[in-house]
Amino acid sequence: MSSMKSRNIFRLSVSYVLLTLIAICAIYPAAWVLFSSLRPGSSLMSETLIPRNPTLIHFKELFTSPSFQFGRWYWNTLKIATLSMLLSTLLTTLSMYALSRFRFRGRKTLLTTMLVLGMFPGFMSMVAIYILLLQLDLLDTHAALILVYSSGSVLGGFIVKGFYDTIPRSLDEAARIDGASHLTIFWRIMLPLSRPMLTYIGLTTFTGAWVDFIFARLVLRSKENWTLAVGMWDMVATFQNSNFTMFAAGSVLIAVPIMILFAFLQKFLVQGLTAGASKG
Amino acid sequence: MRRHQKTATILSVLAMGLGQLYNRQFIKGILLLCVEIMGGYYFLQRLPHAVWGLVTLGDTPTKLVKVGKRYKNVVGDHSVNLLIGGLVILILFGLFVTLYVMSVKDANRTGKLRDEGKSPASFKETVHFVTDKRFPQLLLTLPAISVLFLTIMPILMAILLAFTNYSAPEHIPPAKLVDWVGFQTFIDLLQLKTWSHTFYGVFIWTVIWAVIATVTTYFGGLLVALLIDQKGIRFKGMWRSIFIIPYAIPQLISLLVMRNLFNGQFGPINQYLGYFGIGKLPWLTDPFWAKVTVIIVNMWVGIPVSMVLILGVLTAIPKDMYEAAEVDGASAFQKLRVITLPFVFFATTPILITQFAGNINNFNVIFLLTNGDPVKGDYQYAGSTDLLVTWLYKLTLNNNKYNFASAIGIIIFVIVASLSIWSYRRSKSYKEEDMIQ
Repeated sequence: MSSMKSRNIFRLSVSYVLLTLIAICAIYPAAWVLFSSLRPGSSLMSETLIPRNPTLIHFKELFTSPSFQFGRWYWNTLKIATLSMLLSTLLTTLSMYALSRFRFRGRKTLLTTMLVLGMFPGFMSMVAIYILLLQLDLLDTHAALILVYSSGSVLGGFIVKGFYDTIPRSLDEAARIDGASHLTIFWRIMLPLSRPMLTYIGLTTFTGAWVDFIFARLVLRSKENWTLAVGMWDMVATFQNSNFTMFAAGSVLIAVPIMILFAFLQKFLVQGLTAGASKG
Repeated sequence: MRRHQKTATILSVLAMGLGQLYNRQFIKGILLLCVEIMGGYYFLQRLPHAVWGLVTLGDTPTKLVKVGKRYKNVVGDHSVNLLIGGLVILILFGLFVTLYVMSVKDANRTGKLRDEGKSPASFKETVHFVTDKRFPQLLLTLPAISVLFLTIMPILMAILLAFTNYSAPEHIPPAKLVDWVGFQTFIDLLQLKTWSHTFYGVFIWTVIWAVIATVTTYFGGLLVALLIDQKGIRFKGMWRSIFIIPYAIPQLISLLVMRNLFNGQFGPINQYLGYFGIGKLPWLTDPFWAKVTVIIVNMWVGIPVSMVLILGVLTAIPKDMYEAAEVDGASAFQKLRVITLPFVFFATTPILITQFAGNINNFNVIFLLTNGDPVKGDYQYAGSTDLLVTWLYKLTLNNNKYNFASAIGIIIFVIVASLSIWSYRRSKSYKEEDMIQ
């Protein structure tokens, strides 16, 4: 029996060693950026992981340096993300509510169409959207970006449909019998019930727009219109080694809000991920 | 006997709204008539030009014309504007025709009601009918319009572009015209030596990448999940939270950070290798090592997701199965092999397929980390780590080869769509959708 016990101890210690190693790998890049942002000087090279005399100067520099318009980018991104969030939550909720609660002719076709449309790589329509915006003179405007994000999010709204599917039908049937109109039911019963889902959709679009690089770089041409994502990419692509600590400071400022949101949203995100699995 | 029905239908065919007016539905009739007049006027002016534009893509290029003693620049047809304009007007016309058909049907139905001696619905009743019985359609209108113009139309246009010769340097409007070329772009892509070499090279790497990326993240996630889930491991919640950190950091940031970490000259990874007396590795600059790097980094990004998924599945395995196995004297390894793994595989197969499809389109990891580089001399505008999507992106943005980009987009779509439809049709949620409620 004692050999079994010692084997168990061996197994557990190996596991703990492995877990610790993986944990170091998982944390290291984040820790490295955080410490780099506090390091004096600007180079990528450093003697130690933890800086000897930490400083906050890079964070200040980000907002004062004339060559980076970080404050401006932050504001642009905030504006775009917030407006896309509002618009796409509205569009997604309306359409998914209709698709989930009602049975009407062409519904199944519509669902399949949406699914197929969702499979076109965003890059595919990218070519056309770029030309379209070019011809409409909407390139380099924030409105274009907001519209693109919002209409794109409708197709990804199946998770919202799944949510409405789980609310029992008897609830609105009872309200119908009491004489409530569809609009009243939606407004008074469904919206309050779907508050967690609305939060989820709103915040995922917000973070999506916050970090999107692909369309932002495509649409936004002039430096003062850029979003954070484009600005950061440019910082790395053009000034690789010379401005590294500033890049690190910028990274921290971008990642922190998202990580805080993530902490709140973790439960929803996990549910959203596993929804597909359990249905499979 | 069927007098009203006939008259109303005929009048409605003549002009939208007349049938409704005949049926004494005045407000509805006048509204429809207004749409008819405005639409008719608009389309009479625009439709012929739009069709002409779509068919020919313009016939006069911009050129210098001698006027008197001076040369003057005369603007010709702008092929791409004609293409987009034509498409927009055709879509609008389609909507108009649909409305027309619906109004004829409506006049027909109301006429029949009148023949049967019932009075036609008043405007108020109509409004009530729409908000009550047609409520879902009403809700879907706004999203449908936005999807129609910002998703469907661009996709249509992208598909059309693949059949033109819209590419730099020869065919860029407004200076030059663009023409329909049928399947020439696809033929060039697959058979013209300069293009096909790049296409097959990039295509094969895309498939290899998607397979390796999916398998490594999946089994990595499985391993980590099993490690945490073992009996006797303490602080399970803490481990889970630590391992989920890479997932919480925006990919944009983490990938750009990785690009610096793996920097060949100054990056800390090479610095550490130096401490151990191993030489510096060309992580991002050598074709082979760059591929290794993207796969390693992708594991860092992707394992947390698989881990969360699989941990969720593990908790769903009924405990009594393990108890029964223990009674039968099964070892830990046997329990894993006979109970845990089959259960996990069964529950996660559909996700595996979606992840594979997602990896084919994994733009972020490649573009942000290596930018598709290191450059490969004999490739057309692509590097060694470029996937089809990143190549497409470069062709559009940097090289203006729109027709090739569109053709590649169509090819990606065909691959991803067939995979997804296949897995979707197998899934229970498709087969039993209405049974869930």
